[in-house]
Amino acid sequence: MKRNDDLGLLAHPDHFHDAIQIQDFQPERLRQFLRKMILIRLCEEKIGDKIAAKKIACPCHLAIGQEAVAVGLAENLRRDDHIFGTHRSHAQFLSVGGDPYRLFAEVLGRVDGASKGMGGSMHLFDREVGFTGSVPIVGGTVPLAVGAALSAKVQKKDFLGVCFFGDGATEEGVFHESMNLASALKLPVIFVCENNLFSSHLHIDLRQPSNSVARYADAHRINNIVLDGNDVVEVAKKTAPLIDEARANQTPVFIEAVTYRWRGHVGPSEDLDVGVKRGDDLPRWKKRDPIQRLVDGMTARSMLTDEDFRSLKEEIRKEVDETWDRAELSDFPDHSKLYDMVYAKERGDA
Amino acid sequence: MSKVNYGEAIRFGFEFLLENHSDVVLLGQGLWSPWYVGNSMTDLDTKFGKNRVIDTPVSESACTGAAVGASLAGLKAVVIHPRMDFMVLATDPIVNQAAKWSHMLGGQAHPAVTIRAIINRGGEQGAQHSQALHAWYAHIPGLRVVMPSTVQDARDLLIASVLSSDPVLYIDDRWLYDLEDELEEPRDFELTNIRPQVLESGTDITIVGSSYSTQLALKARRLMATKNLSAEVIDLRVLNPLKLQTVECSVLKTGRLLVVDGGWRSCGMGGEILASITERLPLEAWKARPQRVTLPCTPAPTSKPLEELYYPTAERVAEVGISLCKGIALSRESKREIAEITL
Repeated sequence: MKRNDDLGLLAHPDHFHDAIQIQDFQPERLRQFLRKMILIRLCEEKIGDKIAAKKIACPCHLAIGQEAVAVGLAENLRRDDHIFGTHRSHAQFLSVGGDPYRLFAEVLGRVDGASKGMGGSMHLFDREVGFTGSVPIVGGTVPLAVGAALSAKVQKKDFLGVCFFGDGATEEGVFHESMNLASALKLPVIFVCENNLFSSHLHIDLRQPSNSVARYADAHRINNIVLDGNDVVEVAKKTAPLIDEARANQTPVFIEAVTYRWRGHVGPSEDLDVGVKRGDDLPRWKKRDPIQRLVDGMTARSMLTDEDFRSLKEEIRKEVDETWDRAELSDFPDHSKLYDMVYAKERGDA
Repeated sequence: MSKVNYGEAIRFGFEFLLENHSDVVLLGQGLWSPWYVGNSMTDLDTKFGKNRVIDTPVSESACTGAAVGASLAGLKAVVIHPRMDFMVLATDPIVNQAAKWSHMLGGQAHPAVTIRAIINRGGEQGAQHSQALHAWYAHIPGLRVVMPSTVQDARDLLIASVLSSDPVLYIDDRWLYDLEDELEEPRDFELTNIRPQVLESGTDITIVGSSYSTQLALKARRLMATKNLSAEVIDLRVLNPLKLQTVECSVLKTGRLLVVDGGWRSCGMGGEILASITERLPLEAWKARPQRVTLPCTPAPTSKPLEELYYPTAERVAEVGISLCKGIALSRESKREIAEITL
């Protein structure tokens, strides 16, 4: 498990631009990866456009550029797993099969939303697909995933607690408490850090003595891996044995997926003016595009033509456009909903 | 029927839950040690197994968050904080997570977690080993807050809390642990049906308390009886959501209200009860200005004479109660006001 304490070339914007190695993955599976990543990107772009057009008011944190982490990982998760997200969870929600219509309706505050219009972008829910909930309190869901894993262990079931979080969350005390607890009690938790090198506006180099957070997993004796989060095949392939191990042996594992977000912390802008070095780096990071690299990899193996890619994108774009238009027609929650959901069996006081 | 004490009653509650509800698990610091939780959990780990009764690392936030997460994933988890002051470190999982998930996820997720906090004060323990923070938490929509004041409720409100579909903060007070009573047979309880309770009826004044303050009110009632005054004592039991019809009816009858609370005066439960009842009743219902007896707005001291000054006593409650009934203004401020007016 010991390694160099920093990310090296993985954090360097001029590397990992080439086609990904598609290894022994079958074309159909790769096409599914591609479809999901395009769907996520186009949904996020749609949301970005609608924020700019003032159709959406709630804070939305877009994951454009980070699609491969959630999509690769979703390959190894099940619907009975308990997956917890963050403020930036649209991609995670969609990657496990969350409905784009319910995502759109939710960011619009409509009753057909994933949280019935009560949560907005930062509070998504769909237990049917394994997504137990997302919240914007940084690190807030990390101990919740540990608790879900405790439930699996007590009930002698083999579902997992899965928490996605960013590099910023590793600066929270509860993150360390949670890692220690999961390790001490031997609980099947998948800790997934989407390390996009930024917490809000501030680069990790200005926040931590090392840019790799997997060192914390070493400290808590949790089996871990650092990988290229913009390579969907690598994410799917390399996390599979760890996740299998967590399921079979009821142990925690830690995944650090290095990536980069193309948009700013919140909203559609690129935040070129707020982050140290971000203006220089962003165009270079865009060359580590998880979608284009998969397309290049498939093209090199004659599994995809330019025309295939173009038509797939157009087909999905049409779907996304129609879905958005439909979501805008969904109703707002009735006034009574303000009071109805405070408690399970009783109305809240007016 | 033999008598049991308050601490044992809590233990009986846990025993009933663990025996009859296989989805109940307990976790927290010191659960395998009588040093932390008194006699309230003795031998539960040996009887029900250390995988269901879990002594944890010193991580209030993660353990509380884990209890919330376990409750979202099929268990009825109870997290125990042997001292409420330390539970402040777990405010996020309680206030931001447990209390909010139902509402903010559209009524689809219900973390049915129970958070047990023990108030442990006095004995010169000082400002960080003394706090009764129930009013803070009772402020939060979505978080049920219960405080048992009797031996029976120590067990039964615990059962109701753990079986509730909502997050519940159950607060017990070490000063009540020696209280003794006989217990009825345990059964399942529905927390939404539990209301404030008239423990002793009376006609001259309504005294409202919760937890240890209710015991002060009962003692004060006996002291007042020696002056031929009849106090009705109401035990709140559930601090959030508040259901005050019982108190309202009582004050309509007595025309006087005194609230005793073990928290601070400012933004406390005392003020909340006074305001709520004042809002509901017509001016002509009142025979005297409603009053409260609370902690002064200072941290808990350590030095013994200051500690004696700090905590309300039954004598103090009775004194204020008598003054209300006799129409005597007792507070220093009131005395000063009267002095200024007469000058």
